[in-house]
Amino acid sequence: MLTRRAAMFSAAAAVLMLATPALSQDLKLPRQKVELVAPPFVHAHEQATRQGPKIMEFTLRIEEKKVVIDDKGTTFHAMTFNGSMPGPLMVVHEGDYVELTLVNPDTNSMAHNIDFHSATGALGGGELTMVNPGEQVVLRWKATRTGAFVYHCAPGGPMIPWHVVSGMNGAVMVLPRDGLNDGKGKALKYDKVYYIGEQDMYVPRDEKGNFKSYESAGESYNDTVEVMRKLTPTHVVFNGKAGALTGKNALTANVGENVLIVHSQANRDSRPHLIGGHGDYVWETGKFSNAPETGLETWFIRGGSAGAAMYKFLQPGIYAYVTHNLIEAVELGATAHFKVEGKWNDDLMTQVKAPAEIPAPKTN
Amino acid sequence: MLIAFKLKLALKLTLACVAGLTGPLAVAPLFNGAAAPDQIPGHPPALVELQPGTVSYRVAGDFTRSNRQIEAPLTSVRFTRPLSIMKHQVSAADYQRCVDAAGCRALSPGVKPVADRPAVQISWHDADAYAAWLSRTTGEQYRLPTDEEWAYAAGSHYKDDSLPVDDNDPSKRWLARYERESNRESGTDIEPQPSGHFGVNENGLYDMSGNVWEWTSTCFVRSKLDENGRTISKNSNCGVRVAEGQHRTYITDFIRDARAGGCAAGVPPDNLGFRLVREHRSWVSELASGLSKALSIARS
Repeated sequence: MLTRRAAMFSAAAAVLMLATPALSQDLKLPRQKVELVAPPFVHAHEQATRQGPKIMEFTLRIEEKKVVIDDKGTTFHAMTFNGSMPGPLMVVHEGDYVELTLVNPDTNSMAHNIDFHSATGALGGGELTMVNPGEQVVLRWKATRTGAFVYHCAPGGPMIPWHVVSGMNGAVMVLPRDGLNDGKGKALKYDKVYYIGEQDMYVPRDEKGNFKSYESAGESYNDTVEVMRKLTPTHVVFNGKAGALTGKNALTANVGENVLIVHSQANRDSRPHLIGGHGDYVWETGKFSNAPETGLETWFIRGGSAGAAMYKFLQPGIYAYVTHNLIEAVELGATAHFKVEGKWNDDLMTQVKAPAEIPAPKTN
Repeated sequence: MLIAFKLKLALKLTLACVAGLTGPLAVAPLFNGAAAPDQIPGHPPALVELQPGTVSYRVAGDFTRSNRQIEAPLTSVRFTRPLSIMKHQVSAADYQRCVDAAGCRALSPGVKPVADRPAVQISWHDADAYAAWLSRTTGEQYRLPTDEEWAYAAGSHYKDDSLPVDDNDPSKRWLARYERESNRESGTDIEPQPSGHFGVNENGLYDMSGNVWEWTSTCFVRSKLDENGRTISKNSNCGVRVAEGQHRTYITDFIRDARAGGCAAGVPPDNLGFRLVREHRSWVSELASGLSKALSIARS
């Protein structure tokens, strides 16, 4: 274990030597510290803002930990930002600065960093943020583009995909300063926002076909890479675990509420679909400088991107939010549920006749 | 509840069959064999004999009146003869004996049977095959309980799954059911537990309504009632059977693992397993088993 850890350190050190330290200069801007919350929830934020640009301060604490990823008790060595898979959603406005403190406590065994798809330069910040256990780093980047963007760990070479599919991914949402709009000048406002991070996982099996459990992430590495290279995940889940967003943890909404669903997939394509509902306004590629598509049935999230869909619930009941590769939704775990309360609309749907026997054909 | 998607058999029953739904065939006891003293499931299985009595029972299936879904009627089911039912769920070791004897299908790859724990990932057909094998090897008549029998044996563990039907808003029922299933007791651990882990009920049966749901022989039935609550017609789909536990559920008979997802927006049973009823031998039961064989031939 020690030698493995040492090997990982030296890989990190090599990357650090290549990195040029960025000159920090003082910005005469107000600062705002943001307390992040675990997905599917999102920290409080303004949609449209009248305030000028600010320096938004966030802290992400990296946590390596063993978790259970399905109801069969399958264990998984997760690498996480702030302890959750995905990491928390960070919301800022265009023109704001994101100032991130990335902490890698000495209880961890590996070097980590962060690559923001929303940031410009230095491999998305990856080159400037590599931290060994016991270290922390502060990175500042300017939010110049609006939209939902993925962030993930990218500590070099084969560590990159492994860290990403081990849980080190999340999203940033950069809102236009005047909020969202439909591309034709009409402002769009959401009443609620949920962040769903989809994650493909590759758990090795033993010769009998049972999922294997390992003492440490390092010990699982070689077997896991072998499974990863086949490109066939054993689990595709929302928010870190099959069933993380169902039952007691189902998402909630009321009829008439506009709900924004931010969906990220850092590694693999997905096709979100709300069973029984639609996407009123969908930024399929997630970037708010493009007009949203309207009235969609299913949308496509490219691997390595985040998208956003807004929907006003019109009927009460239980909705399933799935990736509409239904094998992945049902067999591999990618299902969330919405519990929606409100008044049923008979005009939109009604059961005209309850199930009954097929009437005999008329003979005349 | 999982969506009953297998509609292979739509057997129209006549009113004459209704009596059969509300109670098991009355049979005279030959043995007064009470439960064996040991509490470990074994071979031959330990049985509990329930004395005659009644149970307040919410009839399984869907009910309509004037083309509208209504709440299933609450009935009182009277058992006029004793009921002999397994004290424990059939264990993984028991099931393995049947597999070894080529009487049962092997468990799915990846399912680790643990000898002293209930057999799980069992389909209705697996349970039915086990009953047939056990009957052959013991010379006794074993079968799955009807849902009414299960309710009677479960006693206080039987939950009336009544949910109000709002004619103007079907979603209320879905939400109420979802809420109930989400809040069930077992928590997150779905690993089968050693026999007795979920306690014993007032009838001496172990582990009723734990994290293993039990198959019954009751088919999914849709009944049409008239204004007076009398059955006009019934459509029975025996490709879907009732499984009982913390909540009643309807599951396609070849399913071994009732996982949820997709359109089936509910909370599925943690595990599927079973326990059996032993028939009291008599000319009536011989006749009954002959009849049911004839029926099943007629159905297939």
